[in-house]
Amino acid sequence: MKLTKEKKPKKNKSKLQQRNRRQRVGAGLFLAPSLIGVFTFFILPFFVVIYYSVVDNPITANFVGFENFVKVFNNGAFKLAAGNTLHFSFIAVPLAVVLSLILAAMLDKKIPFRSQFRTFFLTPMMVPVASIVLIVQVMVDMNGSVNEFLSRFGVKAIDWFKSDYAQWVVVLLFLWKNLGYNMILFLSALESIPRDIIEVAEMESANNWQIFWNIKIRYLSPTILFVTILSLINSFKIFREVFLLTSGYPYDPLYFLQTFMNNMFGSLDYQKLSTAAIIMALAMIVIIGALFLVENHFGKDVEE
Amino acid sequence: MSKKHATISARKKKELIKIGLITIVAAVFAVIFLTPIVLTITNSFMSQTEINANYGAIFARNDKGGKIFISEAVHLKFFPDMVSFSQYITVLFKSPEYLFKFWNSVILVAPIVVFQLLVALFAAYGFTRAKGKLKEIVFFSYIILMLMPYQVTLVPNYLVSKWLHLIDTRWAIWLPGIASPFAVYLLTKFMRRIPTSYIEAAQIDGAGEWQIFRKICVPLCKSCLYSVAILVFIDYWNMVEQPLILLSDTEMHPLSVFLSQINTGETGLAFAVATIYMIPGLLVFLYGEDYLVEGIMYQGGIKG
Repeated sequence: MKLTKEKKPKKNKSKLQQRNRRQRVGAGLFLAPSLIGVFTFFILPFFVVIYYSVVDNPITANFVGFENFVKVFNNGAFKLAAGNTLHFSFIAVPLAVVLSLILAAMLDKKIPFRSQFRTFFLTPMMVPVASIVLIVQVMVDMNGSVNEFLSRFGVKAIDWFKSDYAQWVVVLLFLWKNLGYNMILFLSALESIPRDIIEVAEMESANNWQIFWNIKIRYLSPTILFVTILSLINSFKIFREVFLLTSGYPYDPLYFLQTFMNNMFGSLDYQKLSTAAIIMALAMIVIIGALFLVENHFGKDVEE
Repeated sequence: MSKKHATISARKKKELIKIGLITIVAAVFAVIFLTPIVLTITNSFMSQTEINANYGAIFARNDKGGKIFISEAVHLKFFPDMVSFSQYITVLFKSPEYLFKFWNSVILVAPIVVFQLLVALFAAYGFTRAKGKLKEIVFFSYIILMLMPYQVTLVPNYLVSKWLHLIDTRWAIWLPGIASPFAVYLLTKFMRRIPTSYIEAAQIDGAGEWQIFRKICVPLCKSCLYSVAILVFIDYWNMVEQPLILLSDTEMHPLSVFLSQINTGETGLAFAVATIYMIPGLLVFLYGEDYLVEGIMYQGGIKG
């Protein structure tokens, strides 16, 4: 009697261990295809990219420390591209966050045709930019309809892509494409805010602005962070649009980091490519990390 | 009593005006969002002469010699004077190169969508079942990878494709696309939501890992799979960077790249091709809008 009592748990334990091990091996097998792919195409070559960024060239491979980084930082084209990209992101990302939040707040009200509006706002993301490029050309060309429209008010025609407003045209295109997507994120976040808190605030006769600023914004802060990161990533995809509209050597304000990288591929300068890729990766990590810290600080009190 | 009644109806009136104003603003946004799409479609039903008459000043100027220069002014027209299918007839029957490029797009995108999802399904299950710190580290590196702009990940992709002699073949686009961590991330987030009691119950009934995967996890992930498929499709249907850098043979380029290079004398054709290129996206949208919206929400981590 005593013996079996002792034996039973032991047997169970070994069975549990066996099962655990089987689960672990199984999980590994399921992960294998993806791991192999990610390691071969992204992670392992990235170490080579790091290696390339600290040697003088792949053949002689002399270690040069940070020389490549200094060179890239002093490179005129890189400086121009980095400056333009930062400038663009600083305008486009906050605008995308604020405007999509406004759109979501509008659709959060009980307005007629709500679901139709949602569909309309979302349609641009399904449309390949290549299809829209022609219309954009018709609109913002020197002889285009925007200039024609402005000329009625006595504004002189300008070539938008070769003017100081060139980036603004791209900002508009970016907003056109991304607002709907961000709006969906905000819309579902707004819906998930507990109603009773807002009702209590209303009973305490808080006005709409107070409710928005003191309650809703705090519940929205994780979503705001997410939308900001997403818009930042998407702002890097704008190269497609710019390239389709202006090709590889655009007017200066439209020379983005993406254009720079693309032209580096053309000249196969591995050192510059690798170094620039690492700088971009580090910059992204630093910016996103900083955003996380800000959100952590700001949204702390609603987490629990 | 009557005073109270009056204030209520005044408030109601104010509320009604507010709703009306919001609806009008939403309608304005809807018009802005839809105009480029509508214009592209309606313009594709114009004959080349009508296109030249309307936009000659824009597109002829780019053409050397300006042989089709017809009018100085540009008229952005919503509806053609005469509906003409001539552009479509040319695209579909007379010049096969456009259809050929369309087919290129399909060949490039379809395998990526199918196999990325398949690999990601396995990997998501692996991540759900695996335990320990190593798994956390690997999953975190997937997230970091996902946040990187194409311009960063293209460098390692390019290096590997070069070593494996894949440059200028479709494999250079397929393989990194299939290995991309995006779908893994979304599906894992979704699968982790499956209650462990389901899996434990199956284990007690003697189901192996494969059976749990096949009979429990995959069926429960169905809607999420559709959502992710739509998001992956949109991303790759739009691709511009990868073919430009990895495929020097323009014969293999997808329509997204080719559209921007269409001869300026064939603007009418370009509108028709642009419309055809939009169709798959719009169809997917029409049938899968709810899945798409859900997919965006999974991504935001608000739902799922």
